[in-house]
Amino acid sequence: MITQVIPTIAEQVALLAGQATDPAGLHPAREQMALSLGWHIVLACFGVAFPTIIFAMHWRGIRRQDADALLLAKRWSKVSAVLFAIGAVSGTVLSFEMGLLWPGLMGTYGDVLGLPFAFEGLAFFLEAIFIGLYLYGWGRMPPRQHLLMLIPMAITGVVGTFCVLAVNAWMNNPTGFKLVDGKVTDVDPWAAMFNDGVWLQFAHMWLAAFMLAGFAVAAVYAAGMLRGRTDRRHRLGFLVPFAFASVAALSQPLVGHLLGSRLAETQPAKLAAFELATETESPSPLRLGGILVDGEVRYSIDIPVLGSIIARNSFTKPVEGLETIPEEDRPPVNITHLSFQTMIAIGTALAGLAALFWIARRRGRDLLRRRWFLRAAVLAGPLAFVALEAGWIATEVGRQPWVVYGYLRTADAAGENSGLWWLFGATLVVYSLMTAGAVVVLRSMARRWREGAEDLPSPYGPQLETGADR
Amino acid sequence: MTLELAVAIAMFAGLVAYALFGGADFGSGFFDLTAGGTRAGAEVRRQVDKSIGPVWEANHVWLIYVFVMAWTAFPTAFAAVMGTLIIPLFLALLGIVLRGSSFAFRKYAETLGQARVFGFLFATSSVAAPFFLGTVGGAIASGRVPYAGRGDVWSSWLNPTSLLCGVVAVGTCAFLAGVFLTADAGRADRSGLAETLRRRTLLVGVATGVVVLGALVPLHEDAPTLWAGLSGRALPLVALSAAAGLGTLVLLVRRRAALARLTAVTAVGAVVVGWGVAQYPWLLVDQVRISEAAGAPATLQGLLVAVALAVLLVVPAMAYLYRITQTESWTR
Repeated sequence: MITQVIPTIAEQVALLAGQATDPAGLHPAREQMALSLGWHIVLACFGVAFPTIIFAMHWRGIRRQDADALLLAKRWSKVSAVLFAIGAVSGTVLSFEMGLLWPGLMGTYGDVLGLPFAFEGLAFFLEAIFIGLYLYGWGRMPPRQHLLMLIPMAITGVVGTFCVLAVNAWMNNPTGFKLVDGKVTDVDPWAAMFNDGVWLQFAHMWLAAFMLAGFAVAAVYAAGMLRGRTDRRHRLGFLVPFAFASVAALSQPLVGHLLGSRLAETQPAKLAAFELATETESPSPLRLGGILVDGEVRYSIDIPVLGSIIARNSFTKPVEGLETIPEEDRPPVNITHLSFQTMIAIGTALAGLAALFWIARRRGRDLLRRRWFLRAAVLAGPLAFVALEAGWIATEVGRQPWVVYGYLRTADAAGENSGLWWLFGATLVVYSLMTAGAVVVLRSMARRWREGAEDLPSPYGPQLETGADR
Repeated sequence: MTLELAVAIAMFAGLVAYALFGGADFGSGFFDLTAGGTRAGAEVRRQVDKSIGPVWEANHVWLIYVFVMAWTAFPTAFAAVMGTLIIPLFLALLGIVLRGSSFAFRKYAETLGQARVFGFLFATSSVAAPFFLGTVGGAIASGRVPYAGRGDVWSSWLNPTSLLCGVVAVGTCAFLAGVFLTADAGRADRSGLAETLRRRTLLVGVATGVVVLGALVPLHEDAPTLWAGLSGRALPLVALSAAAGLGTLVLLVRRRAALARLTAVTAVGAVVVGWGVAQYPWLLVDQVRISEAAGAPATLQGLLVAVALAVLLVVPAMAYLYRITQTESWTR
């Protein structure tokens, strides 16, 4: 982490000192966007993946008359009530921010990139409706009908992810418009939405959502088992989310590879930064770790030829080096490279952990009895989070200095409002409080469940009503 | 009808829905805030929890719908509103964030102390958010948001029209919420609670009515274009709103809260629609017309596809949600 942080700070300082021509709103807008997106994406992952995971558990409960599974589904739905609430409000923040922070982007390209957001809005609508029905449907709807309420949420998770990633993929692969004398014309929002990059980017993120939510929930039960709570409910609570996360983690390297191999064509500067390729070498090495100091690569481990194989599917084709890219079009290299490799390293480790568990299980060995495995499974939760954030940092910083690749520089999208620092400060405070609130409430829910309480009535005043309050 | 106008109407329909459903949702915070101490207020707070619990998230997506429509269909005007009205919009957003998260936190809070902190945040921010959203509406309606360049970040919303709109927004939200809460309590056979809520709602209704009448005087001076529209083309809607508002009060006095829901929705809906009709053809009053501000035609068509899908998918789902939450087994 330290090696990652120091160059970042150095770059930020250089950025602040070096470019006095940047608009006043650029730097705070960047920090604000990074904070609010980085925070929301975690909850978005739960919003996308958790309904499907709960569905599997709930379905098992109904089909096999499994009381443990039903209980877990019910508890998870209460957890999701808290997570979805803060996810909904932090999503609202993002819809405000698009115009607030990036007037140059929304004012110029709003009608090119806006359509996917409209469909994402519909998906969000349906999700919010059915979460209400599902959460409050316990004991009020016939069981099968109640279970069905999760299906629209699983579908809207797919649609919502697609739409949001459509916008991001468009920023990487802008299409569906023409720029004539600085004016945007011939707008085709459908072409913009279904740009070349969208399918793979969507698949990558959708799998990531299942990795994050699956490993995170499994980690909670792994931690319980480490503390000696090895009952059936804990095993079930681990296995179902871990199974989802495993499928996602094992598919992710393939999708990631396909996505990465587009870059040589579409975004050579990003690829050069990912690979820390300062010069074009044929064949290119795979450069593990390392940072760029004064234009020299230091502290890296180079594996010959592997860079060409992975990035270009070839023994000879080179990764185009940064020297071929004009200086003003280069992204910050160190943070992009290190974030990218952090994501890859963690992703590989998580896929390995998943493979190990299921292979051992096939051979009749139960790794849930092994403390080392449980410790690794606990660690997998936070690691999936780090990989998710690192991946977003890599792709977003790697696209710089562009916000719309090749068309609009980030500096030109920002406004002149230095007051945005206040916004950033306030957001920092509010999001910290919200995180603390969520942690306090979720932990206390878990504790009360362990102590045998099930319904968790709200503690308003004296207990006016006894009995279940859902 | 032109394409731009169709999209503008679809966007405005979302705004009306937000004013009604999001409004009733915000308004429940007013009753939470004025419920009294922990012991005395417990019953009201519990009712608030039950009434808005299943629907609050869906009610708030209307705002996102309006935003998305605005920045996609009218990108430059959207950027202009965001730039000039950054402060009230930020404060409204803060309110929305705090109320949503603390509402969820309060529901699962373990101790009374925690519940009080979260409850206080929920209630105060529920009152603050519609106030600031009201000032935004007032700023646009009184022609204070320039299409090009940036208006004054303070005087654009700290002026008579904006402040009055803010107060009226808080009042109408609380009025709507009061009627719905009273009906909900009545249906659940909590007659004592229904009686308390009924009296408070009557007070809120009378107070809001007085503010609205009083607001007409400064509006005449401060927002002449809006005034001309409200006293001209939109007059029937204003009259309908006034009649429905009075009718709601009469029905409340006669303890017919269930029926009063209809008239209350009519009263608030008519006044919001009246605002839209009054400021037509302006998108930003005195600054830019709907036809001048629209984005690319292909995008507007795409948006109408999204609107059609919303009508086909979202509206029935929402109707189902509202219907089922108003049934016997969900009320108790």
